[in-house]
Amino acid sequence: MEQLVENLKKQIIQALKLEDVKPEDINENEPLFGEGLGLDSIDALELIVLMEKEYGIRVENANAAKSVFTSVKTMADYIAQNKK
Amino acid sequence: MERFFISDHVRISNGQFSKNGNLIFAEDKDEPFTQTIRAFYKSLEIQHPAFYKMDNLSKLGFCAAELLLKDHNQLSLYNSQEVGILLANENSCLDTDQEYVETIKDPENYFPSPAVFVYTLPNIVIGEISIRHKIQGENIFFIQPEFDAEFMVNYANGLLESKSLKAVLVGWVEFYQDKYDAFMYFASSEKSKQNTLEHTVDTIKKIYNK
Repeated sequence: MEQLVENLKKQIIQALKLEDVKPEDINENEPLFGEGLGLDSIDALELIVLMEKEYGIRVENANAAKSVFTSVKTMADYIAQNKK
Repeated sequence: MERFFISDHVRISNGQFSKNGNLIFAEDKDEPFTQTIRAFYKSLEIQHPAFYKMDNLSKLGFCAAELLLKDHNQLSLYNSQEVGILLANENSCLDTDQEYVETIKDPENYFPSPAVFVYTLPNIVIGEISIRHKIQGENIFFIQPEFDAEFMVNYANGLLESKSLKAVLVGWVEFYQDKYDAFMYFASSEKSKQNTLEHTVDTIKKIYNK
């Protein structure tokens, strides 16, 4: 799980072009939106693409997406549970 | 006929960033655009993380506007709705369009990028400048084969004469396949220390062709 979280942090930084952010700057339990990394709606769409591209997981249920993309940790948990 | 004036004017091309004819920042002209513009952005020492997410056309326009507006407080004379933006270029956002196509052309690897897609309109660069400087007046982006001083000056003066705007940020922001050229200036009816050049076709042609 630790490795998955680390990989995810690197992938998020690359996909969202978070130029001045390092993996160690991201607290895996902090909210990705609103506060924390301060991501926006386009970033949310990019995270959905990342999940499908890197892990083959489609998040189609909007209600589920809200909890999946709460933090890096919730994303990692979802990947661990659903990875094919 | 009412007279209008140009305050500062800037140019970004071949790794050189000039303001009112003076070189402000330079990188090797053979450096890739992404490195050159990043180095310039860093030199500004501003906090605008969205910069890194912009496409190259928007980065170019954003930096030209930043260079233009950073020293004098031209915008403070007007409210947000009184300032407009009038830009043009040759290749629209074709470079970004092609980048987007790369994300969708392979059916086996079909991952359209939302972050690239949002820049597949040339006037997004106007949006980025407007957000940064809180500009809310009329704006338009033209596609033209080359910078047309006569058209741009007459259009800008028309906006100022009609009183729909009190000041206009006018420019040419072109980016395609790592070739880039940005020219931008601020026109208004105010004549102050900085506003010594009259906003005429001849003046703009002279400045642009220097």
